[in-house]
Amino acid sequence: MSKVFILAEHNGDSINQSTAKVLTAAKQLNADTIDMVLFAPNVDLANELTQFEGVATVHVVTCDDNHDQLAASIAPTIADMAQGYSHVWGPSTTFGKDVMPRVAALMGVNQISDIMEVIDSNNYKRPIYAGNAIITVSTDSDHQVATVRTASYEADKTDGGSAEIKESSLETAAEHTSFVKLATGDSDRPDLQTAAKVISGGRGVGSKENFDMVFELADKIGAATGASRAAVDAGYVPNDMQVGQTGKIIAPDLYMCFGISGAIQHLTGIKDAGTIVAINKDADAPIFEVADIGLVGDLFKVIPEMTEKL
Amino acid sequence: MKILVAIKRVVDYNVRVQVKPDGSGVAIDGVKMSINPFDEIAVEEALRIKEQGKADEVVVVTIGDDASQQQLRTAMAMGADRAILVNSEQAVQPLQAAQVLLKVIEKEQPGLVITGKQAIDDDNNQTPQMLATLWNRPQATFVSEIEFTDKGLQATREVDAGLQTIEVELPAVISTDLRLNEPRFVKLPDIMKAKKKPLETLAIDDLASERSNHRIEASQYEPPQPRQKGVMVESVEELVNMLKDKGLLS
Repeated sequence: MSKVFILAEHNGDSINQSTAKVLTAAKQLNADTIDMVLFAPNVDLANELTQFEGVATVHVVTCDDNHDQLAASIAPTIADMAQGYSHVWGPSTTFGKDVMPRVAALMGVNQISDIMEVIDSNNYKRPIYAGNAIITVSTDSDHQVATVRTASYEADKTDGGSAEIKESSLETAAEHTSFVKLATGDSDRPDLQTAAKVISGGRGVGSKENFDMVFELADKIGAATGASRAAVDAGYVPNDMQVGQTGKIIAPDLYMCFGISGAIQHLTGIKDAGTIVAINKDADAPIFEVADIGLVGDLFKVIPEMTEKL
Repeated sequence: MKILVAIKRVVDYNVRVQVKPDGSGVAIDGVKMSINPFDEIAVEEALRIKEQGKADEVVVVTIGDDASQQQLRTAMAMGADRAILVNSEQAVQPLQAAQVLLKVIEKEQPGLVITGKQAIDDDNNQTPQMLATLWNRPQATFVSEIEFTDKGLQATREVDAGLQTIEVELPAVISTDLRLNEPRFVKLPDIMKAKKKPLETLAIDDLASERSNHRIEASQYEPPQPRQKGVMVESVEELVNMLKDKGLLS
């Protein structure tokens, strides 16, 4: 029977929702045991994890000097703790993608990346070729190291859990790697990866200044903001707004995009959205092939009109 | 310092791959093949470091069949000094690729290894991290900027929260993200010159005879679920009303 070990993730002051999504996927394994590990500067962050129903033990490993953010520092501890587990899973976020392959290498197995569907405890579906094909994969390994594609799962919302906390401190901090800084876009808007509504802009927005219109509309309806790779490459907006194959994969209820033509790499990032709305002046733009609602029009007229009407 | 760049031959990123009707794989016969775009960025970065005088040799390596020579030649036309083909008829998976690349590292003793963060065919995003682990060296993944320091180098990484900077000692493994650089175009005379550059071929079993198994087996390929056909609206008013009716906007 399955024993699952989940790598939890925090963002400095709370647990990242990716953790609850991995838990949802893990519960589909009908496992005997689900335990978690959290690397954090202090133990308090783990309290949130003990609330999840079905989690038996939460291991908290306290780390100094931001070593909780460094894959080389935490992977050996994870691999060591995970020896008795059949499934060792993390989120398919940049944090999980950085760490989990190190864990897999230490445990001598290939990793299953981006699980989007659990068929049973040995068989899964995952996307390849930017989501243009879905493969069913299986493994004979005793330790199935995997990342879970968070956009494919709802966050586990159970409470009433009573997991036991086991505390230790990090003993595998890497000497060859150190954390220098983290620069984040200081935004009061909802988090792009978990927001119910996302407003997004592409190259068609034309400039950094013009993006203010996009932000204004987003603020009016309480949406997070995203962008295409083209808009990020052009320097209109920071990288953390990029949606797509190599950016964020998101699944909001509403995704509304302006001036995005719809390269396959971008579509990969939004195809789990509930309703896709596309506004583009080019009626032949590929984005209209996937949009639930399309409007051919000039975004410089459409955005102000929408902002006014809402 | 020597820089080793690992590249992979993949279906060109402009090709929209199709799943074969019988679900046995994707149809790639006769489609355009290229250097994995992230690996092309890795080659470019290595060349720029060399051009700044911080490295004296750029070696490209790939694991693949004979056809992969084409991508190695392209990398040499960009400016890489020489190439190594680790010949394998069977596709290798990330852990096996890392084990083979480690053998190449032991032979070549590079001061820096640069490779793409993921190959755009299987989208695994594992090999650089696994290679760093087996080599017992630091990794800087998803890198958009590199700056050499007294201790080694500072790498700016594209992470979900923004930009993270870490410092690693050398040797290290770097995996590239899209904004690290824009690869140069290859000029015709350079293609001619690249034909004369050394390309060494090694048999995978001679180089790394013991590779762990534990392959991930793919049993069935299917196309993604198509989205239902949408509707076109004529005005902002119609759009807003429709979204309100669906309860998506108030």
